[in-house]
Amino acid sequence: MLWTKKDLLGLEYLTQGEIELILETAASFKEVSTREIKKVPALRGKTAVNLFYEPSTRTRVSFEVAAKRLSADVINIATETSSVRKGETLIDTGKNIQALKADIIIMRHNCSGAANMLARALDISVVNAGDGWHEHPTQALLDIFTLKEKLGKIKGLNVAIVGDIAHSRVARSNIWGLTKLGANVTLCAPKMLLPVEIEKTGVKISSNIDEALRNADAVNVLRMQFERDEGAAFPEQLDYYQRFGITEERLAKAKKDIIVMHPGPINRGVEMSSEVADGSNSVILEQVTNGIAVRMAVLFLVAQARETKT
Amino acid sequence: MSILIKNGRIVDPANKVDGLLDILIEGNKISKVAKNIKAHAHSIIDATNKIVVPGLIDMHVHLRQPGREDKETVATATAAAAKGGVTTVLAMPNTNPAMDCAESIDLLKGIINKNALVNVLICGTITKNRLGKELSEIGALKKNGAYAISDDGCSIDSDELMLEALKKAKQAGILTICHCEDKRLSGKGVINLGFNSTRLGLRGISNESEYKRVGRDIELAEKSGAAVHIAHISCRESVEIIAKAKKKGVKVTCETAPHYFALTEDELLGYDTNMKMNPPLRSKEDLALIKQGLKDGTIDAIASDHAPHTENEKDIEFERAEFGVIGLETELAASITELINSKLLDWGKLVEKLSFNPARILSIDKGTLSEGKIADIVVISCEEEWKVRKSGLVSKSRNCAFLGRTLKGVVDYTICNGTVVYSAY
Repeated sequence: MLWTKKDLLGLEYLTQGEIELILETAASFKEVSTREIKKVPALRGKTAVNLFYEPSTRTRVSFEVAAKRLSADVINIATETSSVRKGETLIDTGKNIQALKADIIIMRHNCSGAANMLARALDISVVNAGDGWHEHPTQALLDIFTLKEKLGKIKGLNVAIVGDIAHSRVARSNIWGLTKLGANVTLCAPKMLLPVEIEKTGVKISSNIDEALRNADAVNVLRMQFERDEGAAFPEQLDYYQRFGITEERLAKAKKDIIVMHPGPINRGVEMSSEVADGSNSVILEQVTNGIAVRMAVLFLVAQARETKT
Repeated sequence: MSILIKNGRIVDPANKVDGLLDILIEGNKISKVAKNIKAHAHSIIDATNKIVVPGLIDMHVHLRQPGREDKETVATATAAAAKGGVTTVLAMPNTNPAMDCAESIDLLKGIINKNALVNVLICGTITKNRLGKELSEIGALKKNGAYAISDDGCSIDSDELMLEALKKAKQAGILTICHCEDKRLSGKGVINLGFNSTRLGLRGISNESEYKRVGRDIELAEKSGAAVHIAHISCRESVEIIAKAKKKGVKVTCETAPHYFALTEDELLGYDTNMKMNPPLRSKEDLALIKQGLKDGTIDAIASDHAPHTENEKDIEFERAEFGVIGLETELAASITELINSKLLDWGKLVEKLSFNPARILSIDKGTLSEGKIADIVVISCEEEWKVRKSGLVSKSRNCAFLGRTLKGVVDYTICNGTVVYSAY
């Protein structure tokens, strides 16, 4: 399996083989972070630019750490203080970064499809770090990586995704990735938080959390994305917690070793209890650690694809 | 001046003509349609193996002038029209100033008189500044030469106000064109609601937001006895509702645009903003019923909804990009490619949709090749293929949904008021 894509835009666009290649590459990079000198020269002399149009700490820092552990130079552009404030278009910004001879743009944007558009306009690599409600491929890859590490495989696993699916790019990327690798995915959410015709991806839908958890090997709990849809209907927080919140009582009725994941940041007491977040089933912090290896793999592969092409 | 068009296949459904005939144009009129006309014309057009039809009448065109001359002008839009075989356009009133009073109409008339290459008819607004709050002086608009009224881009939410508008329009003897969209339902949507909007993470626009308003406007047309024309229908339910109303005898006509019978929502999967328009590209099922409606006559007319936008309004993030595509230069070829090629329509039926029916709906003495009528004529090489390229477009804007596609049907000559306004040679 050879990686040939200059960009990573979403898991919908990848084959099963390409996803597996990223996971394998990530597994080999994970060890780097355990060394005394946490650095390999794989991307030495390469420049990665973090271009974030939305506030993000966790993803931006994770990409920065990943790039630095590959010896790339990293530049962070905060859009609040750049020319973007002066009305520069996304494509102009991208072309300027390209003219600086950067190699990779890692972009977070509030508009769905922004990464697709930028990738089309540029020759350099674009890695989507989350675009609108569309995709957040590296988050899903690190979720899947963590699952695979814990349970040894993805095929045949029962994975429940609970919460605000409608506004979640994490959910979409997870659905594509998990179904491509052969997992059985069940979505559990109030109807108003399910996007239309989502079952066409091959997922099951459940409106009952206990039912969704019953046979689940893992549950991925999503954040309520109030900030993403002003004026839209959201369930009352307390009501939501009572119907869908992941609590110890609910977990007690599920498989004993059920894995609990969350892309963060957690709204404690809204989508899960503090006890669950910090409990023995939770792998939330391991997800963060694995995020570095997965992002190292993605940066390495897209950079390599460009090199073999030129 | 006289022009003799020789040996063409003349398609003129109004006169039930489809055959090899010559046409003689003298001055601005068609003086003779017959076999083997012997006359000394100033110029002769050899139309052997070509199709000769009445000039297209496009009922839905945004000229953008006055107000947005950076997008399009009367001069550039009518040049694009001439290239596309369109000899008459109905100019939508969402200009700045809007066509909501006699002064605005006079302003536009002045520009048209100076710059228009083809016939431009003016559509007035239903409400002042298209705000849906207060009616325009509909009688005065008609008196000053408006051929229809429409708040295109907006629909009047108040049933009472819409009913009053229709009563006034009936009194004035003017056609009302309805942009059917309930914005409370379409909201901030940018593409068709469905699996594609879900996978792209974009807000959806339901069929319901269109057809509910189609239903309401038809109901009010029936109540008032006024004639209504439903603009740019895109979804299956609209076709069904209009078919039922027609059967019932309601005075309703409608149009669709080439993109609704040529393209589906699957074009959006790459976030191409040249596929972003309102109403949005719909599903395959919708497209099938739009085609069915064209075939069975439910859909009377094909109009481009020519909506020019600058590159910097289109070459941006999908949800921020403007709605709308240009279509004057591609509507004939897209129709030939999709409707004639597939044998869905014969040439006579296509000419009805593109010329004769729009003339009838707008009550203008056009859309035929009868002797004595003004000579608005198009000569077409219907088998010739061409690739739609940005560089080949005459319109000031380039936001065409058919870019990169190969279409069938090239306009050789466009004659408007007896004068050749476009020639491919």
